[in-house]
Amino acid sequence: MSMVSAPDQRRDTREPRFGFWRRSYAMVVKEFIQLRRDRVSFAMIVMIPVMQLLLFGFAINTTPRNLPTAVLLQEDSDLGRSILKALENTAYFRFTREVHDVAEFDNLLQSGKVLFGVEIPRGFERAVRRGDRPALLVAADATDPVAAGSALSTLGVVVQTALEHDLRTGDPPSLPFEIRAHARYNPAASSRLNIVPGLVGTILTMTMLIFTALSVTREIERGTMESLLSMPIKPVEVMFGKILPYVLVGFIQATLIIGIGVLLFGVPVRGSLMMLALLSTLFITTNLSIGYTFSTIVQNQLQAMQLSMMFFLPSILLSGFMFPFAGMPVWAQYLGEGLPLTHYVRIVRAIMLKGATMENIQYDAIALVVLMLLAMTIAVTRFRRTLD
Amino acid sequence: MTAAPASASGVAIDVKGLTKSFGGREVVHDLSMQVKRGTIYGFLGPNGSGKTTTIRMLCGLLTPDSGEGTCLGYDIRRDADKIKRRVGYMTQRFSLYQDLSVRENLEFVARLYGTRDARGAAREMIKRLGLSGREEQLAGELSGGWKQRLALGACTLPNPKLLLLDEPTAGVDPKARRDFWNEIHALAAEGLTVLVSTHYMDEAERCHEIAYIAYGHLLAHGTVDDVIAKSALSTYTVTGDNLNELAAELTGKPGVDMVAPFGTSLHVSGRDREALEASIAPYRDRPGLHWQHSEPSLEDVFIELMTRSKDNFQ
Repeated sequence: MSMVSAPDQRRDTREPRFGFWRRSYAMVVKEFIQLRRDRVSFAMIVMIPVMQLLLFGFAINTTPRNLPTAVLLQEDSDLGRSILKALENTAYFRFTREVHDVAEFDNLLQSGKVLFGVEIPRGFERAVRRGDRPALLVAADATDPVAAGSALSTLGVVVQTALEHDLRTGDPPSLPFEIRAHARYNPAASSRLNIVPGLVGTILTMTMLIFTALSVTREIERGTMESLLSMPIKPVEVMFGKILPYVLVGFIQATLIIGIGVLLFGVPVRGSLMMLALLSTLFITTNLSIGYTFSTIVQNQLQAMQLSMMFFLPSILLSGFMFPFAGMPVWAQYLGEGLPLTHYVRIVRAIMLKGATMENIQYDAIALVVLMLLAMTIAVTRFRRTLD
Repeated sequence: MTAAPASASGVAIDVKGLTKSFGGREVVHDLSMQVKRGTIYGFLGPNGSGKTTTIRMLCGLLTPDSGEGTCLGYDIRRDADKIKRRVGYMTQRFSLYQDLSVRENLEFVARLYGTRDARGAAREMIKRLGLSGREEQLAGELSGGWKQRLALGACTLPNPKLLLLDEPTAGVDPKARRDFWNEIHALAAEGLTVLVSTHYMDEAERCHEIAYIAYGHLLAHGTVDDVIAKSALSTYTVTGDNLNELAAELTGKPGVDMVAPFGTSLHVSGRDREALEASIAPYRDRPGLHWQHSEPSLEDVFIELMTRSKDNFQ
């Protein structure tokens, strides 16, 4: 019961050997135990990536079908009808309106009632028979370039195949008319192949940021910071202790997402899996460092969440995950370069889909390292060692 | 034991002119104090008087706005790291990890201080604390008394030379309080210096020396007897009937600075003995009352100090 110990048993109070490692290790062990005991957070490690992936993977479809389409018929011919039939058979287009003047046609597109308009001009059939190659106008609502792009990309081939029997003009094998598409063009691609690799980064950004963004404020709000600060631990050691356990957590999440992507969505991993694992770990650490930096800046957990969201939204919008990076204005591209997700989306798409080598992606890998070191430096200098 | 620079002087804490403000409000004003090694030093004062702020400045958790001094011979401004390694600080609010078990908390502390065998040190401490059988219980689930024991165990685990205890016995039952104080005395007997803040007068009387702080000013210090003697307070203890009426009549009379009921008796005190005696003279022969000139209690002295300091500083 007594707390007395003989003076000769008192251990030395000099700076212990390997003090840095011992203290960091103490912090790591503590964080792991706390994480294990926090059932909700523990469930989130598995639930968030799985749910997000299934939701996004199945719900977001950038090759949509049955898009509402208007038809402007300026002549009533067999060829025109065959073409329309062929277009409808592609399943991309669903003809919802048939109009007879240009103003109405424009209005439908402008108002968003249809996403596409197909115009068969007057004298179309005759011009085809004469071999004049008249233009078949396909106007697309450019506000959804992704949706439009996929439909337009397959247009020519599909129409040609469908019309082979109608137009007995096997020679030359090209279409006897020109399809003039008025829309921004996106190369056709299975959207899942694009989405899943991007999702790896998006999901990791969200979960990693939040895990560490709350870590310092939680200690302050629970009152444990006072004790921690009164002990001989240095800011770098606190940071490593708080980041390292989540590197493992992030690695598990990344494995889970990529695993599901490959098994369930058939996404290939054409490049080196080792390199993917390595750079994913780097990306995870970068995000954890940024979350930790937030944690040293904010006053409470609510602010930490808000700041994370503030960071997360532009990450989604400006990283090239959702919209083509090259299509963004220059200022947005500069912003995007400052986001780890931008670089990781490039890395992960390059490795998984294009089989890229380290040489191809070294710029983005270096950018991630720079962002990580920057965040860590800010975090260590921002960490308040006193309660002032 | 590492020899600290000022160990020869036998002084554990030596600070001069400590001042600290928060948002323009001065919480600690020009505070100087000396604590001898191996003593138990009581730190008393009303809530918000600056006790916690002073303790935090001593262990490097707060930087004083002005003033200087040493803690275990190390400069409180420059050597915070060295001080932290040698000082055990027990916070007012329980500040160990509620979601870690008793054992995990102790192992965490042991590792932070670089203890080679953290598990062993924790196991040993659990045994000493009488917490065997509870080592796997979460700290948050312990009762107030056990939490306090655990907190003391955690801050003594790294074998500090100085313990700073901030109201360690608040909300703890009398038995646990007594055990706690027995332990503190045992630690002091080993050579440990203990600075402990408290509101309890009986605890103050268990200290070797005390200091009284109010509104950021150190108003009195020394042994309990010194503080009482220096107060120059004259006190009469009255027993008998209708003490409530007497209290009402005496309050506000010239020379009567304080009237306080203590169970079946009444303490009537004043700084100016002559004025006090003149004022109470008419009541001294009242039948049924028994008057006796007595030593003021420590509480009388503190309440008088507090009332006076309120007039001076607020």
